[in-house]
Amino acid sequence: MNIHEYQAKQLFQNYAIPIPEGRVATTAIEAEKIVQELTHESWVVKAQIHAGGRGKVGGVKVAKTPDEIFTFTHELLGTRLVTKQTDCVGLPIDSVLIEKTYPIKRELYLSLLVERSAERLVFVASAAGGMEIETVAHEMPEQIITVTIHPATGLQASHCRKIAYALKLERAQHSQLETIMRGMVELFLAKDASQIEINPLIETESGELIALDAKINFDDNALALHPDIFALRDVRQEEAKENEAQQFGLNYIALDGNIGCMVNGAGLAMATMDLVKSKGGFPANFLDVGGGTNVEKVCEAFKLILADGTVKAVLVNIFGGIVKCDVIAQGILAAMAQIEVNVPVVVRLEGTNAEQGRALLTDTGLKLYAANDLNHAAEQVVALVEAAE
Amino acid sequence: MSILVDKNTRVICQGFTGKQGTFHSQHALDYGTKLVGGVTPERGGATHLGLPVFNTVDEAVKNTGATATVIYVPPFFAADAILEAVDAGIELIVCITEGIPTLQMLRVKAAMQGTKSLLIGANCPGIITPDECKIGIMPASIHQAGVIGIVSRSGTLTYESVHQTTQQGLGQSTCVGIGGDPIHGMNFIDVLALFQADPKTKGIVMVGEIGGSDEEAAAEYIKAHVTKPVVAYIAGQTAPSGKRMGHAGAIVTGGKGTAESKMNALKVAGVEVVNALTDIGVAMQRCL
Repeated sequence: MNIHEYQAKQLFQNYAIPIPEGRVATTAIEAEKIVQELTHESWVVKAQIHAGGRGKVGGVKVAKTPDEIFTFTHELLGTRLVTKQTDCVGLPIDSVLIEKTYPIKRELYLSLLVERSAERLVFVASAAGGMEIETVAHEMPEQIITVTIHPATGLQASHCRKIAYALKLERAQHSQLETIMRGMVELFLAKDASQIEINPLIETESGELIALDAKINFDDNALALHPDIFALRDVRQEEAKENEAQQFGLNYIALDGNIGCMVNGAGLAMATMDLVKSKGGFPANFLDVGGGTNVEKVCEAFKLILADGTVKAVLVNIFGGIVKCDVIAQGILAAMAQIEVNVPVVVRLEGTNAEQGRALLTDTGLKLYAANDLNHAAEQVVALVEAAE
Repeated sequence: MSILVDKNTRVICQGFTGKQGTFHSQHALDYGTKLVGGVTPERGGATHLGLPVFNTVDEAVKNTGATATVIYVPPFFAADAILEAVDAGIELIVCITEGIPTLQMLRVKAAMQGTKSLLIGANCPGIITPDECKIGIMPASIHQAGVIGIVSRSGTLTYESVHQTTQQGLGQSTCVGIGGDPIHGMNFIDVLALFQADPKTKGIVMVGEIGGSDEEAAAEYIKAHVTKPVVAYIAGQTAPSGKRMGHAGAIVTGGKGTAESKMNALKVAGVEVVNALTDIGVAMQRCL
């Protein structure tokens, strides 16, 4: 789960990680009130959305006067922001963060994440802050410093020293960095984060280290353990259909093709998309109906797929294991009886009782095609779409 | 021969009396697995599916001589269940549970270092040596005793590989689902090493997916240590970057963990990489 920058910064504050002085506004009236209380002269207005790349598209604006703060806030709130990390519709700006600006000497990078292959928490730091770390890693790998933390011993002073020296921090800044790193580790472990990223971590002209931006991702598997974190969720920043799917135990991701896919198992769902594409088709979605497929799930899956008006045909690919294929075939028929399915549906059933399942789906009078094998099914669904166009 | 489990493997089930534990234990018994008991705290002394129930894994091991366990407990209890099995000296721990927090698995894996226990999973279908021992949730009927070792990160793709190698008349020596979580037990390399050493295994099917770098590491290992033919398939060739495709481990970030990089690494290692899932069985037949 993602949270907003301002929420991440509030968490930072709880863990003694220095953040800029700032306030959140969700309405222009709130912004006006904030403006009246400001004393400092230069401020930045930052659109709060769950995506990066805001600065390049006008989502981060420097205001020189209180009037400008108000104007920028007014302009941003209620609109949508399209960045290179969002889709073409963009994400709604429901709040802005108004922050004091600081004279910046250097922009650094610091993040903490789970390194899968090492099975450890790893700090990644770089003196090349302010740019995407992937770009830094690619173009100047020598600028990347990492520190691996053992779960039994935790963060050591030597870990902090290694990064402090590599970043060429002044001696007086070493303890500031250690406070930040300790705060990040404590926050990460206490709230089951999956990544904490500070980019940039600025060094001000006066030598202070401040988290100018803040990004935290949390482990979805642990959210039930942290109601305070779950409460920070902003569903308006998430894909509505993906959330709807989740409620029915379905795993759905919209793509931009026209062949709806309904598959059991995440791996098989990906493999089905790959196969459709290799036959010249374009999948409209990733959809994993999971194990224990039942009529209700199949119905909801059809509804989700067909709600996408661009879908010209549906490919159902189920490997029946514990749930037998004839039971799945009955489920598909029941679902198609309950909801109007106006596009052709190609079904590939394999596994336990596959033949009985296929027999049930043959000669139904519906636009239903029972394929003999997966290759054939993928070819058939692509051909049906081509015929419809 | 086979790897890790055979007809003599004595297995217990943690979460034995629960819905999942009961359902899959019954299937395991029907298959002929030597399931010798189960563990459910506060239910010790009872009999379930005709087998003894114990309060602790330690008690179960002492009374049954079990060397393997399968875990079906809910996600927030699973780390404890794994560690309890480790403490009891269980050699093979198979954790089916989906949804264990990553940091819990990180600590479990660190705690397992230096112990004699092996972990398969979590979030996996389990392990089966056809006609001998089935530990997990895989459908029994598609398997056939034979010569192909299968190792996979995905459940349903394991079944597809099994089905295709059965159709080709090759059958399987042992199939291991290593699971779709970012931090998990045995990895490709651990299983590949066992298949390489197993005289019954004539060929290996490896099914990977996007995310992480386990497949790339496996490619290096195969190049140096595996002489048996390997067929590989990687799911997620067309998955968009930045989206998590179902499994917690299946996400491409910052150009890392792409199907392309994995397929290239495997090709360089001399592995027969198939583009289409449906070509696994045929390719394996051709390589033998």
